[in-house]
Amino acid sequence: MSEGTVTESVHTQLDRELLRQVYRSMILSRTLESKLSSLYKAGKVVGGVYLGLGQEAVSASLGTLLKRGHDIFSPLIRDQAGRIAFEEDLLDATRTHLGSVKGPMRGRDGNVHRGRPREGMPAMISHLGTGLSFVAGMLLARRLRGQLAGVVGGISIGDGATSTGSFHEGLNMAAVEKLPLVVVVTDNQFAYSTPRERQFACKSLVDRAIGYGVTGHEIDGTDLVGCVKGMAEAVGNARKGGGAQLVVARLLRLCGHGEHDDASYVPAELRESSLGRDCLEVGKEQLLSAGMVTTAELEQWQLEAAEKVQTAVAIAQKESGPDPYQADWRSTSTPGMQA
Amino acid sequence: MSVTYIDAIHRAQQDLLREDETVFLYGQDIGAFGGAFKATKGLKVEHPERVLDAPISEDAMVGLAVGAAIEGMKPIIEMQFADFSSVAFNQLVNQAGTHFYRTGIPVPITVRMPCGGTPGSGPFHSQMVESLYGHYPGLVVATPATVSDAYHLLKQSVMLADPVIFCEHKFLYRWLKSAAIDEEALPLGKARIVRSGKHATVVTYSAMVHEAVRAADELSKEGWEIEVVDLRTIKPMDTDCIIGSVARTGRLLALGESFPWGGVTAEVVSRVVAEGFHLLDAPPLRLNAKDSPIPYHPDLWAAHRPTPESITQKLRELLSL
Repeated sequence: MSEGTVTESVHTQLDRELLRQVYRSMILSRTLESKLSSLYKAGKVVGGVYLGLGQEAVSASLGTLLKRGHDIFSPLIRDQAGRIAFEEDLLDATRTHLGSVKGPMRGRDGNVHRGRPREGMPAMISHLGTGLSFVAGMLLARRLRGQLAGVVGGISIGDGATSTGSFHEGLNMAAVEKLPLVVVVTDNQFAYSTPRERQFACKSLVDRAIGYGVTGHEIDGTDLVGCVKGMAEAVGNARKGGGAQLVVARLLRLCGHGEHDDASYVPAELRESSLGRDCLEVGKEQLLSAGMVTTAELEQWQLEAAEKVQTAVAIAQKESGPDPYQADWRSTSTPGMQA
Repeated sequence: MSVTYIDAIHRAQQDLLREDETVFLYGQDIGAFGGAFKATKGLKVEHPERVLDAPISEDAMVGLAVGAAIEGMKPIIEMQFADFSSVAFNQLVNQAGTHFYRTGIPVPITVRMPCGGTPGSGPFHSQMVESLYGHYPGLVVATPATVSDAYHLLKQSVMLADPVIFCEHKFLYRWLKSAAIDEEALPLGKARIVRSGKHATVVTYSAMVHEAVRAADELSKEGWEIEVVDLRTIKPMDTDCIIGSVARTGRLLALGESFPWGGVTAEVVSRVVAEGFHLLDAPPLRLNAKDSPIPYHPDLWAAHRPTPESITQKLRELLSL
């Protein structure tokens, strides 16, 4: 797919606002992740740090097009930008990374394994592909309660997750039930260190859409305008009754699997290819050249982001971790079930 | 007019669907066909929106149930056979089992597991799964042995805010009959003394309760009085009831139909040894199925699981110690 340009795809004020909103979340995400990386390297983070560098345009497009309190957004490991766009509190991120007992997971789970399931944001487990059926179930529940009209469930996964049985079962099930599930696969060339040619044999993962009986969309994940446009089409289709959608975004992960991984297995020519472009750089050029944002505004957004991140980190750092001596170790909500 | 064990399961689901609009059923062939064992016969006609056929996707069936439960529903998943729940193992233990601990949000799902052997069913349609799921935090495991428990425990399981693995024994489906379902339900989590005695205690659950009673009947001809404890739920396990019984008899046989390595019977013995060692007049014994896959041929199958004869023999050994 050719790169989207602002002039050909975006005409209305709504598009302008949408793009600005998406880009603002991307800046905040990049700022936060850069801080998380520093904290990790300084030994301040409990456990690992997994970043979404280079994937912000895809993630934030999805998160922005879904509405908190109405839709469902199921983020995965590289969705800090989408989480911000879906209005997850920055404190949820810093608290969960820094082990604060006040975070949504209360120190019982960490880093990206966090969510607010009752607010439409499931807390991922590490077993890839399992979220598809989970979101399908949330959507089915809304249907049974007569509350599905206009609702979309978006789920983000990577190319590696498409090799699992869970992915197949979940997408097939959502297609059979004609549920408004938007599955966004970010094909970032590597699942941990395994290149895509060792992961699947089809030319593009979007070719699978027809096999599942769902609508496929292919986007260039480095192209902000193209991402917003493609994602808006997929989310719009699902919202107006078009059933499950499969969006495949191609890009290169601009970091290791986690911050412990130097990604030395990524060939230089791939880094230098168009896949290796930074969506924040591309987006900036697109917005500036279309006059949708000024340099001064961008600087202002950057400053605001730095301030927000500083505050969220400072608050979480002051908070205590869970106290093992006060822990109730309860794994069921009903008392007496653990005997 | 008598009620069978499968009738009780059918009636519990019918009543739940009628009484609670958040209950729905999801499973393979459970719609118009009524299920492989007819546990949902006619329910699709009554509740077309809430009795849904699933694709052959055990993993996604459980994933869907957990997602729906988060949104306020009370799904009942029918595994066509408990053996196939191995495909859903990940969603059961890692998605459903961890959810409350991780997020504070309970997952009220019930997964019906038609388990246990029937002659000729072979290695993949006969397994017991209670020990497997009992091992994992966050799951409740029910193992009804009677018609009334099949009804009441299923209703209680569905109304419980936590995930329940409901192990219903296929051998009991049509063989086990009662005049009626008891009006009163015992609380979930409490064991039951099926038959009182003073010389030895058999602690068991599910279909083995009936085999233990047969063995006790046999030994009663020689004057032995064997107490039989039906656990009803293996998690939670009613340790007080077990210890109380051993206090009366001084001897313990832990009996189960699952494989012998670890599991429920090992758990029963270890609890009694740790908490009631002083009550024992003899070493506690265990009897399980054999440590091999479950054979197809009825003659092999009958020898693979504990029988009234092998239980009687084991009890004689226990009484001689």
